[in-house]
Amino acid sequence: MDRVKQMDLAKLSVREVNQFLHHDLSNDDFERIEILNPDGLHNIAAGLDHTVDIMILGHAGYFVAGMNKLAHVTVQGNVGWSVAENIMSGSVRVRGHASACAGSSGHGGLVVIEGHASSRCGISMKGCDIVVGGDVGHFSAFMGQAGTLVVCGDAGPNLGDSLYEATIYVRGKIHSLGADAKEEPMQPADYEQVAHLLTDAAIECDAREFKRIASARRLYHWNADARQEY
Amino acid sequence: MGTRGPDSAGLAVFRRPLDAPDRRFGLYSNDPGVDWQAVREDFQRDTGGEATIRFKETHSVLTSSIDVDDFKRWLMLSHPNLHILAVGRSIEMYKDEGLPGDIAQRYGFDQLMGTHAVAHTRMATESAVSPAHAHPYTAGEDFCLVHNGSLSNPYSVRRKLERRGIEFETDNDTEAGCRFLEWRMREGETLEQAIETSFTELDGFFTFLMATADRLVLVRDAFACKPAVVAETDDYVAISSEFRSLAHLPGVATARVFEPVPEQIYSWTV
Repeated sequence: MDRVKQMDLAKLSVREVNQFLHHDLSNDDFERIEILNPDGLHNIAAGLDHTVDIMILGHAGYFVAGMNKLAHVTVQGNVGWSVAENIMSGSVRVRGHASACAGSSGHGGLVVIEGHASSRCGISMKGCDIVVGGDVGHFSAFMGQAGTLVVCGDAGPNLGDSLYEATIYVRGKIHSLGADAKEEPMQPADYEQVAHLLTDAAIECDAREFKRIASARRLYHWNADARQEY
Repeated sequence: MGTRGPDSAGLAVFRRPLDAPDRRFGLYSNDPGVDWQAVREDFQRDTGGEATIRFKETHSVLTSSIDVDDFKRWLMLSHPNLHILAVGRSIEMYKDEGLPGDIAQRYGFDQLMGTHAVAHTRMATESAVSPAHAHPYTAGEDFCLVHNGSLSNPYSVRRKLERRGIEFETDNDTEAGCRFLEWRMREGETLEQAIETSFTELDGFFTFLMATADRLVLVRDAFACKPAVVAETDDYVAISSEFRSLAHLPGVATARVFEPVPEQIYSWTV
């Protein structure tokens, strides 16, 4: 049996491809599934729950590899909004740039954006790890509850606004921190964590160059005296 | 891109400019049975000026050397039911209700030629679905704008402009933005300066794509809630809400594809 299967979105609908990936695929059927001509279409390879390697050869649209479980999805191009949103496990790698909300609400697994990620990267992340080779846009990791965002480039305005217990590491400049986000000293465990994630992401950077951003935890409790000013 | 906005669509194309003093007056009629040749004959009889007219259904382009204000006065007296869609030496515009694919076919978009064009498919959120509410919006001469988003203070912007004698055709928020920018340019600002002014005057969400006789200009609001993607090659620049509408352009595989950052003004000159 041919161990690499190609599915062409110029000939098949996204629904047909996804139905195959959801229902007609056993764990060891193919070494890799290649998806051709993604051409910015939405929802490609969303909702997977098999251990399978998916290679998307081109630019993908919104929600690519959304809700991913177990699968390893690579996009050889750019992606639209909400790549790997709500990822549960497995990994999603984007070789190009990602638009807004990359890895949003992700519970687990690893999201790698080799280029830049736009605004709201990792918004409301709940335990996944996100490694961005370039910059992230404004309000990244907004309300991040758990997990780690590693930014090898710069971060845009309001980084980590209303952060819960997600941790952010930034190598470059931070335009501004959001409400209740603060820079904290890097501890040995932080360097270890960053180095570990960079290795997993196969992105070459020196973990010693990163800063740590975490929640100041002042928004956790209502403070009448603060008069809404935090 | 019909799925992004299935209720109406429009396109403004900027053609090789006419020599002064000629202008194109794009006209719209609510009456599909309008006799456009009769409109031209009325114009020539009433004004003593020469005119040519091309038409397609409810749209026509009347070309004449008449002064813009004189034309508006004539139209108001002679054909008050006709609307001006666009005025200028370059711009030609079509917009209507219906599925974008149908509109493109009806008005022969594939036959239009020009240096640059701005098109829009609309999913109405806050004002009526009508041909007049479809984008692009125009103001002044050879200026048009399409908008993804919604402005939250269009009425205060509008009241401010109406006090200065600027008239509105619809209750649409985009029209307020369009007329605001055109007013600032008439007051002497460049389009870039007008956009900078709009950052403090227009409240709400917007990705604006604008065109003048020789330029395309793109800007997103500070939060960049509305999408945009740009593909640049040595031969062209193409801008869209989503990559999927650029995916089949020639050479796009090697194009420089990027997402515009908030509040940065991007401009391309023909």
